[in-house]
Amino acid sequence: MNRVLPILTVVAVIVALWYAATVWMNAPWVRDQAARAGQEVTTSQLVRETLNQERPVLPAPHQVIAELWKGVSGQAVTSKRSLVYHAWITVSATLLGFAIGAGLGILLAIGIVHNRAMDLSVMPWAIASQTIPILAIAPMIIVVLNSVGVQGLIPKAIISAYLSFFPVVVGMVKGFRSPDRMQLDLLKTYSASQSQTFWKLRWPSSAPYLFASLKVAVAASLVGAIVGEMPTGAVAGLGARLLSGSYYGQTIQIWSTLFMAALVAAALVAIVGGIERVTLKRMGMAR
Amino acid sequence: MTDKAVIEAKGVNLVFETNDGPVQALKDVNLTVGKGEFVSFIGPSGCGKTTLLRAIAALETPTGGTLTVNGMSPDAARKARAYGYVFQAAGLYPWRTIAGNVKLPLEIMGFSKTDQDERVRKVLSLVELDGFGAKFPWQLSGGMQQRASIARALAFDADILLMDEPFGALDEIVRDRLNEELLKLWAQTEKTIGFVTHSIPEAVYLSTKIVVMSPRPGRITDIIESTLPRERPLDIRDTPEFLAISHRVRDGLRAGHSYDV
Repeated sequence: MNRVLPILTVVAVIVALWYAATVWMNAPWVRDQAARAGQEVTTSQLVRETLNQERPVLPAPHQVIAELWKGVSGQAVTSKRSLVYHAWITVSATLLGFAIGAGLGILLAIGIVHNRAMDLSVMPWAIASQTIPILAIAPMIIVVLNSVGVQGLIPKAIISAYLSFFPVVVGMVKGFRSPDRMQLDLLKTYSASQSQTFWKLRWPSSAPYLFASLKVAVAASLVGAIVGEMPTGAVAGLGARLLSGSYYGQTIQIWSTLFMAALVAAALVAIVGGIERVTLKRMGMAR
Repeated sequence: MTDKAVIEAKGVNLVFETNDGPVQALKDVNLTVGKGEFVSFIGPSGCGKTTLLRAIAALETPTGGTLTVNGMSPDAARKARAYGYVFQAAGLYPWRTIAGNVKLPLEIMGFSKTDQDERVRKVLSLVELDGFGAKFPWQLSGGMQQRASIARALAFDADILLMDEPFGALDEIVRDRLNEELLKLWAQTEKTIGFVTHSIPEAVYLSTKIVVMSPRPGRITDIIESTLPRERPLDIRDTPEFLAISHRVRDGLRAGHSYDV
């Protein structure tokens, strides 16, 4: 109860502010309509109408939740109107992108730790890659891949990997370098080879860093997959859903899709967190 | 006792290049250690005792003079598995059991699976940790962890055991007990032991030879051959002979200005 109460308080405050903002932002349209019809609106009428518009500037929380519920349970999950269907399309690209990104990140980190030339040359490029807006580079990736005949899941996964490899590189370089001088000296007294040092010491020592960076990476992967769906004219996926919502002014659809994306991100991070807890406990490294 | 030198240093110099200029860590060190000796290196911080031990282990390279271990260069001796090294911290891997930790050097050196198990059983009983093989390091006290790290250094049967303040982080009661056990272990295995310490009683109690060192530059000021018998109960520390040796160690430290802070 001690932990639930503060959380509920914060949620209640946010919901209250949201309702207030809904009334305030949707009011001009209601007043406009009334003025055209030559009517006066009372305050209670204003509140009731602003909270239940079909295409509000800002939808009320209950509208978003109702739409979200309808999208999740209103129809078969295979239906094109089902949010579960769209979420799955996006999650499949996210997971593939996450796997590519994490794998690439780990390989780059291995290179950086073991090779001085890579140590000096790779990191600046990795940082530069993240300063380019993903929205600018995503269409190019899709166009280039399309011209060589790659479509569908792969281009989205690559954009997703583009965002997710970076936190893994940074985290794993730190993780592989985390064993202290004494640990490395000990292996030196055994005349251990570089690969023995890696597998017996550096790799297991990096586990806490691995999971910390994977949590950031999986969330970034989801963002990448959604962004990858936007410029493609994709017909399915959370990104496509967001885009069609904005074409047709369906703000409720946009907001419910955003919430769906947030829920998916939370679930993905929670899964990585769960694996982290089990693994670190088994390795005797639990905090 | 000494027919052939195990460790021999002749005019060894070691200079570290630092950002503040060169630092003379070892200056003109001459030392001969025979087989089966227990040699302590004692002196204040900065006297080069750890550096000398690390040079013997080929973790540092002397910049002058000759240093041989088992008649070879330290580097060749390391590759021939001449020594086991015990650090100040046990440094056990938290993700391995005690047996797994002791197995670490055996895996790296490529011992067979059955040989590994047999050796682990043997050295764990040598440090009186029988039955603790399946435990994880966090389940053991600091003293037991350090015993496990000694077992790890003994596992591959090196002739020389190099110990860098192995009991420095433990309390005095645990330390006394481990000192006693170390002597027993030394008697059983007949290894040559190099032992770095800050403590005068520890050095006198354990050693057959005490190397007194002084800082700036790191050098040897006295080498004392102990007259104590090899069989040493803990209360030998109250005998006049023990106190006389302690006194000589203290004189050696004073001669090297180790007490001028």
